[in-house]
Amino acid sequence: MTTTSEPPLQLTAGEQLVRPSTSLGVLSRPKGDTGWQSWLFTVDHKRIGIMYGAAALLFLVMGGVEALLIRLQLAVPGGSVLSEDAYNQVFTMHGVTMVFLVIMPMAAAFANYLLPLQIGARDVAFPRLNAFSLWCFLAGGIFLNTSWFLGGAPDGGWFGYAPNSGLVYSPSNGMDFYALGLQIAGIASLVSAINLITTVLNMRAPGMTLFRMPVLSWMLLVVQFLLLFAIPVITVALFLLSFDRLFDANFFNVAAGADPLLWQHLFWIFGHPEVYILILPAFGIMSEVIPTFSRKPIFIAIGFMGWGVWAHHMFTSGMGPVSVAAFSLSTMFIAVPTGVKILNWLATMWGGRIRFTTAMLYSVGAVAMFTIGGLSGVTHAVAPADTQQTDTYYIVAHFHYVIFGGSLMGMLSGIYFWWPKMFGHKLDEKLGKIGFWVLLIGFNLTFGPMHILGLQGMSRRIHSYAADSGFNLWNLFATVGSFVIAVGVLLFFWNIGVSRRRARGAPPVGPDPWDARGLEWMTASPTPTHNFDRDITVTRQDEFWHRKWRIGDDGKVTRIARSEDVAHDGSATDVHLPSPSYWPFVVALGLPLVAYGLIYNLWITGLGALVILGGLYAWVFEPPDDPEAHAHDDHHDADPSDDSGNGASGGGTSPNGDGEPDSGDGTRQLAEAGVAGGPSAQATEEQP
Amino acid sequence: MTDVADPEAARTAPASTGHEAAAHPPTTTGLTHNKVAMWLFLGSECLLFGALITTYMFAKSRLPAGEIGPNDVFDIPFTSVSSFVLLMSSLTMVLALSALTRGEERTFRVWIAATALLGGTFIAGQVYEFTVFYNLGLGYTTNIFGSAFYTLTGFHGAHVTIGIVMLMSALVASLRGRLSARNAETVELIGLYWHFVDIVWILIFTVIYLFPQ
Repeated sequence: MTTTSEPPLQLTAGEQLVRPSTSLGVLSRPKGDTGWQSWLFTVDHKRIGIMYGAAALLFLVMGGVEALLIRLQLAVPGGSVLSEDAYNQVFTMHGVTMVFLVIMPMAAAFANYLLPLQIGARDVAFPRLNAFSLWCFLAGGIFLNTSWFLGGAPDGGWFGYAPNSGLVYSPSNGMDFYALGLQIAGIASLVSAINLITTVLNMRAPGMTLFRMPVLSWMLLVVQFLLLFAIPVITVALFLLSFDRLFDANFFNVAAGADPLLWQHLFWIFGHPEVYILILPAFGIMSEVIPTFSRKPIFIAIGFMGWGVWAHHMFTSGMGPVSVAAFSLSTMFIAVPTGVKILNWLATMWGGRIRFTTAMLYSVGAVAMFTIGGLSGVTHAVAPADTQQTDTYYIVAHFHYVIFGGSLMGMLSGIYFWWPKMFGHKLDEKLGKIGFWVLLIGFNLTFGPMHILGLQGMSRRIHSYAADSGFNLWNLFATVGSFVIAVGVLLFFWNIGVSRRRARGAPPVGPDPWDARGLEWMTASPTPTHNFDRDITVTRQDEFWHRKWRIGDDGKVTRIARSEDVAHDGSATDVHLPSPSYWPFVVALGLPLVAYGLIYNLWITGLGALVILGGLYAWVFEPPDDPEAHAHDDHHDADPSDDSGNGASGGGTSPNGDGEPDSGDGTRQLAEAGVAGGPSAQATEEQP
Repeated sequence: MTDVADPEAARTAPASTGHEAAAHPPTTTGLTHNKVAMWLFLGSECLLFGALITTYMFAKSRLPAGEIGPNDVFDIPFTSVSSFVLLMSSLTMVLALSALTRGEERTFRVWIAATALLGGTFIAGQVYEFTVFYNLGLGYTTNIFGSAFYTLTGFHGAHVTIGIVMLMSALVASLRGRLSARNAETVELIGLYWHFVDIVWILIFTVIYLFPQ
């Protein structure tokens, strides 16, 4: 049986993507690929990626406003903008929002959009689970932020140290929202990690070996593995905290003999990999942008970073000298692979003919800022110095250089770089460059002085300071700087609007506006729903670039083909794609209900559980998405592992009880899995 | 294609396109997406139980003297029997999968029902044990040992319960004629999960019950 005998599934706008199935007579799959429903129920990895990115930018604004409130409060001694209580909530939510609701989903946006494209696949391994991850993350983020209106936001700091996070010291419901909201967001990350790892392991284009994958794909893969093994640990920590607060358990109850250091260990076993989870996607993005605009292949050397340094966050916690010395050494070693990475970016640029586009500026800026952050980080490896610096503004400066200067700037670089691929037009370069310089200056004006403040002894998280402590000048600088950053961010959003308006009626940007290297540039912009018209056979690293350019014996690079001729034009219409589905959204909706119920009323939890259960059953009983599939048993996806909501669900197993080798079944397998190089109808592309 | 004679082929081929697998390897690794995902999920679960067991050890070691502790409540012979019951369910699980790959659906149903029943017996034993402990004065909030013990064993019990739901679903699917040798992989994945939960119990039983101090 081949799927070539199937009539093609038309993909033109406005037409029905799916004919309603009569299978069970009760359920059907969503139809159409325009309008709000097509976004709400989509399983297309590109739309999911874009929504992840949009949500991250929305949360960036919220986290940014919180940052401005902090800086207003600290602008002058004895500030009175926020009460002590409100201040605790604002700085906690600023950290939680930026880490879990901005940087992580922004990385997820790039992973969702680019991973399948870079490995030459049609979609991810489990498209419906992918949609579930998105809605689950959003449910967690919104749930967390509703705490503002329900008696106060979390106020125990973003790492929620016990016993500060317990009922005694944090009696409002804020920390309950923290524990449960991050739990929900954690489910999203875990499901997404399983999904994306399976995608990379199982769905690479013919010839795309692991070592031919672009650096970004590698970095994203490593991040998914880190998530896979780090999330369960924070899951346990958050469960323990929830049980303590909601059910009076004794895990962090010092009066009952508990040691609150347990939280710190569990949190930082998660938290240190989390640092790499935050920075590696940005590394990957820089590794795509810098060689493209240096017009050279990247100088490859990847360092895989270790786990064994979590406790350097805890030198001052009284762990004992031997563990402090051990963690001190391993923390210093971490600097080595990071230094290698920086050197190979520099080596890549060296001798290249550099084009300073906005994306390149952000990447170079991110390398520079991250280097500063890295250098101040090395000073923490020295335990006595760390003891002086812990919980001062020196630390605040350090991790903002790493996370804002490194991660966020790297991701902004990625946004400028892949914007034409996602939306079919470039962002304005002039506005982009102005925005970059404003942001860079504002950033250094804000966080540079914090090094000095920290060494002067200003503690982090203090609500105000006295006029004679000598902190006045640099705090004022930092506050002014933070508003310069805000202007830079506003310029970015303005740029999006301006560029969008200008793009109407302008000539299309073409598949490969930057003369780049990854397979994602080998198809039309914006990426057609089916990604590639034909399977791509990969023969070497940077396949697409080598199809455009030849390196002669004398080392001279000559163009051998135009991008437009190499790239697919996106006109294929005979591609089977997975149909949209209602149920990922519904199941994700049940989770915050369960969480609200745990805080307020267990009946709501029951209701939420019913929604989840019903959603999962509907997910399982959903009809197959192929229009030619008939009303026989293949809709009955009896894979009961769906019940656990685990990674095995939503896949392509559709047990087919009648044993008849029917066509609908095989097609569903293909459609659901979107396997490139699978039993597919497309001809494998000829070699050039 | 109602029968897959070669169990190896049944294991490596995706459930519904088994007849095509030989000609076109459908995935890069040759394993189905579902199986890769299940292994990844179980890898993640290792860390979950690792953190829970560590928490338990940590908490137990800090139990203040004189409070009700492991030695006051544990009934090793009883828990040994229920552990044995759970281990036997792994055996019946293997037999169930083996029967299904051979196409013996009736035998499959017997073994899969037996597996669910043994799992249910284990859970019943756990409920009984919790009740006894509670009556001995060990509640969830009594002390740090109580919180840690009920949390760890409760998480494991929840995993077993989810496994039983999966087993029952497979049984119902089979009774409706929807499970056959060609989609034995579904049952194999349930089996992977079930064996994992059993192995975790071996660890928990050893660490908690056999070395209570």
